[in-house]
Amino acid sequence: MKYIIAIIKPHKIDDVMKALEEVDVNLMTVSNVLGRGRQMGVTEVYRGTKEVGSLLKKVKLEIAVNEDFVEPTIQAITKGARTGEIGDGKIFVLDLPDVYRIRTGERGGTAIG
Amino acid sequence: MNTGDTGWVLTSSALVLLMTLPGLAFFYGGLVRRKNVLSVLMQCLIILCVITLQWVLFGYSLTFGPDTGQGIIGGLDWLGLRNVGGQPNTDYAATIPHYAFMIFQCMFAVITPALIIGTYAERIKFSAFLAFTVLWATFVYDPLGHWVWGTGGWLRNLGALDFAGGIVVHTSSGVSALVLALLIGKRIGMERQHFAPHNLPFTVLGGALLWFGWFGFNAGSALSANELAAMAFVTTTVATAAAGLTWALIEWQQNGAPTALGAVTGAVAGLVAITPACGFVNPMNAIFIGIIVSFLCYVAIAKVKSYFKYDDSLDVFGVHGVGGIWGTLATGLFAEKAVNDAGANGLFFGGAQQFLVQCMLVVVTVVFAGAMTWLIFKLVDALIGVRVEKTKEIVGLDLTQHSESAYTLVD
Repeated sequence: MKYIIAIIKPHKIDDVMKALEEVDVNLMTVSNVLGRGRQMGVTEVYRGTKEVGSLLKKVKLEIAVNEDFVEPTIQAITKGARTGEIGDGKIFVLDLPDVYRIRTGERGGTAIG
Repeated sequence: MNTGDTGWVLTSSALVLLMTLPGLAFFYGGLVRRKNVLSVLMQCLIILCVITLQWVLFGYSLTFGPDTGQGIIGGLDWLGLRNVGGQPNTDYAATIPHYAFMIFQCMFAVITPALIIGTYAERIKFSAFLAFTVLWATFVYDPLGHWVWGTGGWLRNLGALDFAGGIVVHTSSGVSALVLALLIGKRIGMERQHFAPHNLPFTVLGGALLWFGWFGFNAGSALSANELAAMAFVTTTVATAAAGLTWALIEWQQNGAPTALGAVTGAVAGLVAITPACGFVNPMNAIFIGIIVSFLCYVAIAKVKSYFKYDDSLDVFGVHGVGGIWGTLATGLFAEKAVNDAGANGLFFGGAQQFLVQCMLVVVTVVFAGAMTWLIFKLVDALIGVRVEKTKEIVGLDLTQHSESAYTLVD
């Protein structure tokens, strides 16, 4: 099992969700995050003087999948989120030792989906 | 000179200012996405600044100044408020200082282009917005205001009835908004997803402040603290109550739940519809005008807009255009001399002629405002470019046009 974390542009979330549905990946956790990459974000100006923040708004997706779904999930996120411009984001793939479904007490691969 | 009248008109001027900021600003601000809320507040604020100056420098003179002879435009005699002072102007308001009448009308000139913000929200360049606003105020609002309200104006001479601006303010801005929506095009991503309002409590707050301020707009248009003002106050609030309730009931029946956004939209539509009629109709007919406007505007927004798929983002045409046209026609149906002797009898009181005049008023305004808006858009687009670049639209106008953001994610 893998735990896939993707950081994407906020306005691409619908495209990514659509692409994930096409490969039958329907479960995910989504959150608003701030971050920056090599371009170091952008600068904000308050009343002409104070500069604050250099972080961009991004959306973070977290998806737990069984091994068969790892490649399709990565492909779907890439397809949905890519614009070809700076700031398209990243996908991190982590090993996932175990999963529990709270309601039934199931664990492992059967509890994931 | 009457101190009570003066006090009421000055108070009303402040009430109409409140309609633009914070009323309309928050009504619209809540409806856009988080990344664009400041751009909407900023546009309302800057219109207040810019059009106030435009008005005292030359707008007031073009609109209300002594007619140049053909009923088309006011002369330049009152440029920079020359010949406008503390003494009453008997043509417009005999019991209050000329200054009071001028500044009351200034607030109307301010809110009218501000209403249009809703159609191009979330995708206009700030510079283009500024240029468009000043040109539109000068070449659409000022002439139209002169035709309908100015002494010697040709529509006024034909007997057109517009108590507080159903034509000059709402129909003109609503029709212009429709033309702009078609010209500027849809927001990026509109086809794929529904853009949910980012803060509906703001929208309800703003709508409530509009209702409050509208008493200045409508009852203040009596230009006296008298029985006519009291009647306009009553017709305004009953039409609004009827329209807000009707919209909620329509939604309940159609979609299974009455929404806060629907009720507040209905209330604003009711305010719009009663605006031209408020000083000419009795309160029971005002209720009827309010009920009908919610049906008309609901169909315009929920059915017609989605059928033709234009992106009048915050429904300026659907509420102000449709509501303003209905109110203007309804004035031609329900006006009674028994209510206001200075008015006329509408169709239902034996005055078919008045209804025809109101119809013509609508046609003239639709054609004039529509054509001029098209022309001004083309001009500004050629000189500056109206729409922001794609990447800037995606990042949002707050950050790309104003270098600030409304909300932080982390403190």
